[in-house]
Amino acid sequence: MLWELFLTFAKIGVMTFGGGMAMLPILEREIVQNKKWATEEELVDYFAIGQCTPGIIAVNTATFIGQKKKGVLGGIAATLGVVFPSLIIITVLAGLITNFAHLAWVQNAFAGIQVCVCVLILNAVLKLLKKSVVDKRTAVIFALVLLGSMLLSVSPVWFVLLSALSGIVLKALEGREAK
Amino acid sequence: MTLYLRLYWEFFKTGLFAIGGGMATLPFLKDIGATTGWFTQTDLMNMLAVSESTPGPVGINMATYVGYTVAGVPGAIIATIGEVTPSIVVILIVAAMLAKFRDSKVVADAFYGLRPASTGLIGAACAGVLLQVIAGITSASAGESLLMKFSWDGAINWRGIVLALALLFFTRCVKKTKDLHPIVFIGISAVIGVVFRFAGV
Repeated sequence: MLWELFLTFAKIGVMTFGGGMAMLPILEREIVQNKKWATEEELVDYFAIGQCTPGIIAVNTATFIGQKKKGVLGGIAATLGVVFPSLIIITVLAGLITNFAHLAWVQNAFAGIQVCVCVLILNAVLKLLKKSVVDKRTAVIFALVLLGSMLLSVSPVWFVLLSALSGIVLKALEGREAK
Repeated sequence: MTLYLRLYWEFFKTGLFAIGGGMATLPFLKDIGATTGWFTQTDLMNMLAVSESTPGPVGINMATYVGYTVAGVPGAIIATIGEVTPSIVVILIVAAMLAKFRDSKVVADAFYGLRPASTGLIGAACAGVLLQVIAGITSASAGESLLMKFSWDGAINWRGIVLALALLFFTRCVKKTKDLHPIVFIGISAVIGVVFRFAGV
């Protein structure tokens, strides 16, 4: 199992182009659909926690899923897996070609990949919306955070803390009304 | 030996204080370069360009690259392990706490509010990159101001728009291609990028 965690996350690492968000469509396919190690809801939760805890989101998510499957060692195995391809690829590239990023074909290929990753993340977001926006109130939270995060220069930590708090408050008010 | 220890410590601090993903590590890396003299700002920008255009999460690629620049292969390994150590520890603690309070109503209610927010944050990150890639609109935080500053370089990337629409169509509407692995679309887009000179070079 530890080996499987390492291998699966190494595979995910190779297929990630960009930041932790770019990992989302790949995680959805490999972890939710293929391996069934986590549900869509859990994936959103991990991303939420990953954005307000220290470190890189990709690592945070890998640790979470690994921990869930096989405890502390599982968390470590998954994380080592996700960083492994970077170690190999970057050291080889850095040793061989010094101006890799300036090669014309690399720039062109990456410009194409960038468009694709955006579309894939958009698809993933639409899928997550079905799981996270379950009523009018959650729709309002989604819209406010989306706009707020695009227009304001505020750390995501605040959005995460405020939305968790509003979840608790909204549910408490709902409970009071029901009585 | 002291170099390796210093390297581990610098990246441990980066991993501990950078909150919000790989890009959040950038100011800390700048600071490392400035205080240690291991690399210049120009070096760092070059490393960022490579990290963004190679497989692997950007944050990890950056740590590996900076570590390699400072102290070769052992440096790459030490810097990366240093950067992920705080994450692993914090997440293992959070995961243990979540498991303990899984049935608590407060935790469930918090996640009720968190899930749409998390989706919103991912959506905003996606929209930001899309605007930049396709319409040439960049946003950046402007000093002390709370509002983001938007700027437009006047270039609309028509080839990008066509590719994005085509990808949307094939990933959402066509039954045969809808369930293809995401990496297939990434590979095809890379080829299209090279053939049609997407970066204009």
